[in-house]
Amino acid sequence: MTPETMVLDRVTRVPGVRGALLASAGDGLVVAEQLMDGVDGRAAAALAGALVGRLLRTTGAAGLESPLFVHLRAEEGSLLAAPAPGDLVLVAVLGPDANIGLARLEMLDAAGRLG
Amino acid sequence: MSDEIRALTARLADEPTSLAFLELGEALRRRGQYDAAAKVARGGLSRYPGLADAHDLVARILSDQGDLAGAFDAWADAIRLDPMRSSALKGLAFLYFRAGEVPAALEHLARAAEADPDDVTIPAAIARIEQEVRETSAPPPPQEPAPVPASPADAPAASSPQSQTVSASTAPATPPSSPTVDSPFADFSDGERGLLLADANGLRLGGTLTAPGGGEAGDRVAAELGGVVREAGRASRLLGLGSWHSIAIETPAAFLVLVPPSGDTVLLASREPSMPMARLGLLAERAARVARRWLERGR
Repeated sequence: MTPETMVLDRVTRVPGVRGALLASAGDGLVVAEQLMDGVDGRAAAALAGALVGRLLRTTGAAGLESPLFVHLRAEEGSLLAAPAPGDLVLVAVLGPDANIGLARLEMLDAAGRLG
Repeated sequence: MSDEIRALTARLADEPTSLAFLELGEALRRRGQYDAAAKVARGGLSRYPGLADAHDLVARILSDQGDLAGAFDAWADAIRLDPMRSSALKGLAFLYFRAGEVPAALEHLARAAEADPDDVTIPAAIARIEQEVRETSAPPPPQEPAPVPASPADAPAASSPQSQTVSASTAPATPPSSPTVDSPFADFSDGERGLLLADANGLRLGGTLTAPGGGEAGDRVAAELGGVVREAGRASRLLGLGSWHSIAIETPAAFLVLVPPSGDTVLLASREPSMPMARLGLLAERAARVARRWLERGR
């Protein structure tokens, strides 16, 4: 099992997580993924990458450092993103009843271990 | 089809990766063929996303099409890639002026003059704006649109007839002149510190945001928020998550929460990380309710 797969495995074990992936932040290419049926990994990588890119500019405009963690909450679930070293971003798609707190902790831990 | 457009089209067909799209897009724009111009410009931009000229061209076309928010974003992108690009600075100055943000318009024109001291249209535009400000003894009521001026900066976008006839409803809203005057958060118990309300065009409607090193960052952040809202809407919709409710952002020095008080505004709440994120979320929702009432009163 590769380090990337191990990281994704821990995240996807959290109840309510529909899938997780590791993507290149620059071009949105998927490096590794563990997704349930119905979750489009490439779309999730590209969309999360674009959102994180915008948020990077926003925090930069505010004179702040880059985001460590991003949580987009929507009516049918959540999108979580944790930038990781090496221009990577760890992304997870969650259902509406997911344990967001646990997923956040796993993702922050995983992003740190990827460094 | 004019000879010029025919020749440029042939050139682009021969060399699809060339920069001929810039000339062809501009030629189509000048002829009022905005849809065709947009298609050419978008195609070029997809090949050259780091080219400020391409963003500038897209901005001019969007402005002519009346998509002022899109034009703002595209000119902002052009300036990010080339901070001294005078045409983009003039374009942003034009949009700020239309929104009634005279100081921001003059600031961008001053930067444009610095970038291109030989452009005589820039000092002329500055003089025209200053004259108009002097002639306007009292500011217009907030509910009325700002007067549509002659192009303040001779920006390419402002030179076409269509850009002069953009309806007031599509023009960016006029924000309060000062964060303390008619603030959406005037009645908010926590005050307006760390609260920012922006419209979909990236213009600040109220509130203040101080950068960690001091200095007001509200306008700069508001300018980015329009793009954030669009990306958030796109991501949640295309991933089957429905409409988005909030975005929580953790940085080492501050936590931020974004919520949309209405379909065309976004509120940002910021606090130090010592405040738990969930509590900041509640504060943001409360501030959004206050902002929503303020917006309804204004409308």
